[in-house]
Amino acid sequence: MLKLEPRLQPSKTWAALTPLLAVFATMIAGGIMFATLGKDPFEAIRTIFYDPLFNEQFASYSRPQLLVKAGPLILIAIGLSLGFRAGIWNIGAEGQYIIGAISGAAVGLALYPLDSWIVFPLMVIAGAFGGFIWAMIPAILKIKFNTNEILVSLMLVYVAGQLLASMALGLLRNPEGGGFPGSRNFQQYPSGSNPELIVGTGMHWGVMTAFIAVIATYVLLSKHHLGFQIRVTGQSPRAARFAGVNPNLIIALCLGISGALSGLAGLFEVSGPAGQVSIDFASGYGFTAIIVAFLGRLHPVGILLAGLLMALTYIGGELAQFMLGLPSAAIQAFQGMLLFFLLAGDVLTNYRLRFKRKGTA
Amino acid sequence: MTPVLDLKNVTKAYPGVIANNAVNLTIQAGEVHALLGENGAGKSTLVKMIYGLVKPDAGQMSMSGVPFAPSEPRAARANGVAMVFQHFSLFEALSVAENIALGMESPPKMGDLAAKITQVSNDYGLPLDPSRLVGELSAGERQRVEIIRCLLQNPKLLIMDEPTSVLTPQEVDILFATLRKLKSEGTSILYISHKLEEIRSLCDAATILRLGKNVGTCIPSETSARDMAEMMVGSALHVPQKQIKPTGPEVLKLTHLSLPAATPFGTSLRDINLTVCQGEVFGIGGVAGNGQDELLAALSGEIRSAPDAICVDGQNLGHLNPTKRRKIGLLCAPEERLGHAAAPDMSLVENAILTAVDRKQLKRNGFLNWPAAKAFAEKVIETFDVRTPNAQNAARSLSGGNLQKFVIGREILQNPRVLVVNQPTWGVDAAAAAAIRQALMDLATQGAAVVVISQDLDELMEISDRFAALNEGRLSAPRPTNSLGVEQIGLMLGGAHDLEAANA
Repeated sequence: MLKLEPRLQPSKTWAALTPLLAVFATMIAGGIMFATLGKDPFEAIRTIFYDPLFNEQFASYSRPQLLVKAGPLILIAIGLSLGFRAGIWNIGAEGQYIIGAISGAAVGLALYPLDSWIVFPLMVIAGAFGGFIWAMIPAILKIKFNTNEILVSLMLVYVAGQLLASMALGLLRNPEGGGFPGSRNFQQYPSGSNPELIVGTGMHWGVMTAFIAVIATYVLLSKHHLGFQIRVTGQSPRAARFAGVNPNLIIALCLGISGALSGLAGLFEVSGPAGQVSIDFASGYGFTAIIVAFLGRLHPVGILLAGLLMALTYIGGELAQFMLGLPSAAIQAFQGMLLFFLLAGDVLTNYRLRFKRKGTA
Repeated sequence: MTPVLDLKNVTKAYPGVIANNAVNLTIQAGEVHALLGENGAGKSTLVKMIYGLVKPDAGQMSMSGVPFAPSEPRAARANGVAMVFQHFSLFEALSVAENIALGMESPPKMGDLAAKITQVSNDYGLPLDPSRLVGELSAGERQRVEIIRCLLQNPKLLIMDEPTSVLTPQEVDILFATLRKLKSEGTSILYISHKLEEIRSLCDAATILRLGKNVGTCIPSETSARDMAEMMVGSALHVPQKQIKPTGPEVLKLTHLSLPAATPFGTSLRDINLTVCQGEVFGIGGVAGNGQDELLAALSGEIRSAPDAICVDGQNLGHLNPTKRRKIGLLCAPEERLGHAAAPDMSLVENAILTAVDRKQLKRNGFLNWPAAKAFAEKVIETFDVRTPNAQNAARSLSGGNLQKFVIGREILQNPRVLVVNQPTWGVDAAAAAAIRQALMDLATQGAAVVVISQDLDELMEISDRFAALNEGRLSAPRPTNSLGVEQIGLMLGGAHDLEAANA
């Protein structure tokens, strides 16, 4: 008989091992799913995890995509992890991502065709500010009226989605676009574009920012008193208040930072890989980043690795759809399994398994 | 005669610790049996096994000669075991009768139940109105709800865990009368308490545990409290010595401190006035729920008040947040160790930072100085004999008494100007309690002002220089402790604010 015994202290070994275990379990369960769909499971797994990086035919195209996809995921997830550590659940990063993209793009488009180095920095500031403002709506409502930030931030995603459609069709539409929806393409406006910095790597300013955010957050959480206060607030709100932490400040700070980082991710995307404000600009990064944050155990370095892994399943998933004809729902289910197994693995961190023969109890 | 309950060689191990190691316990019919031991001696585990909450690994239990192995509390109750827990499990927004009905297998109609409650409460001298909301009841009355809930099952064995810790002396007398009546009717009682004098007056026999093992039995009425304490601890007991000392200038001054209740069943503070001098230990007694938590929160800064309501060394700080108050030197240690005074999942080093970051200069430009924090945590651990493998262990892995020593030590080693502690020795064993009391008195001797809020009157009599009682959020006029008898204190706790008039 299997028995769970609570541990006195969470096991550090298992906390580090469970992500690996979860990836492994996902491969097995995903393989079974692919097999029942009539596909060769080994080929499917290889297509998802191996081909994007090492296949001679595709790798030159898909390898740079790894950083392109991982950049925004990591940037958003880092911001979310701060809030999640403090027990503040920003589920609306997707909306902040969209608003960041719209605001940043709007500044760039307003300055078009000004040719100056100042354009892109202004866009970056506007993008961060847009995401910040969108996240301050749930923050202020929570501080003033004790509303639930999960609901407010989530509902604002749909508002942002409508706003995006309206912008792409109206205010920000390319006047020279022949009536097609969508803004001017930033790739044709060098002052306002976010180019690939090193050719063939996928590295752009957004990826750089994501790496900087990883380092800064690591320092904040492990070395700084403010990061300490964020952690105490999440683990024991009453002890935090006793210690003198101002809970409203933490709410505003965590939502504000995650909003600004999501907004930055949106701006770098719209001015770089996506190129323009279009109706289908929102691609779900803001929601996937929630998975990335948890997959990375809310730890900056973990999030970095989790973001890369998640990006790999995205690219590999697309490749599998294309090469093997797997339905996109199967790929999403595959990603869902990853989160499921990871959270299930948490049991091992807090409990130890004991095998017992019946009757001895 | 067959004993009501007989435990033989009962053993229960948890990971890393043997909570009960071949424990024997025999309770006769109509006997009040005391279970004694320090924190962590294994009393709770033993009782949980009798009540079916925990299964023993080995050993035999029998009730009235029949083998007894309850798999769940319901089975234990069916066998005639009832238990009154130290922490009540009552719904404040429901009435007394509704609360009792919730705990029954097949509750009768509300009207019948109410009649039955009234009858039982009259029979046993525990007056209780079945229609009142539990939220409006005092701690003593809430305990009566729990006791009556048990008595309705006609138990053969009633287990009581620390029943008097929330009662005034007068309420204790009522409870003891009830227990003696139950005993005369043949009900056995297993009585757990740290208060040895109570045990001497009430109990017929006692079983003493230390570190999970039997260390002896005694007849309490024929054994001195000191001998019993030494059996529990296994060594000679150190009793704190109160020194007569001159008091210095006044340090802490509360003037017309009034605060509305923060929660529906919380207590409002009403016009509290108080001065505490340098070198003085000021004791505040009172039954739980009369404003102790609120008073501590008002002093710690978790709840703000008018600026001039709280004053330290002439500086108004009622409006300041906890961080600023700590900088000035007003330090607090709340009653709830886990989740309030300390963050359970954080290490002791992190918990040292929690309140000591400013006074011990554990950060520079906002960046934490981890080596200094670790050194401070280790100093607390060493000075206050906190038993833990190392300072990186999580707070929740410590036993209650050890964490309490850490929490009190953390504040004392910051050299406070004023230290306010709530229930400093609650649930702490005799040796650790004596160490904590001594440390508080030493702190006062070194020139701090110390306020001790406690429900343990013996503790307050032992260490405090002056005493006042909290009742429904009001603080009585302070009296010098050595002029007070138990009778007068009981009246003060009960809310006789016109004590002077009553004496006259």
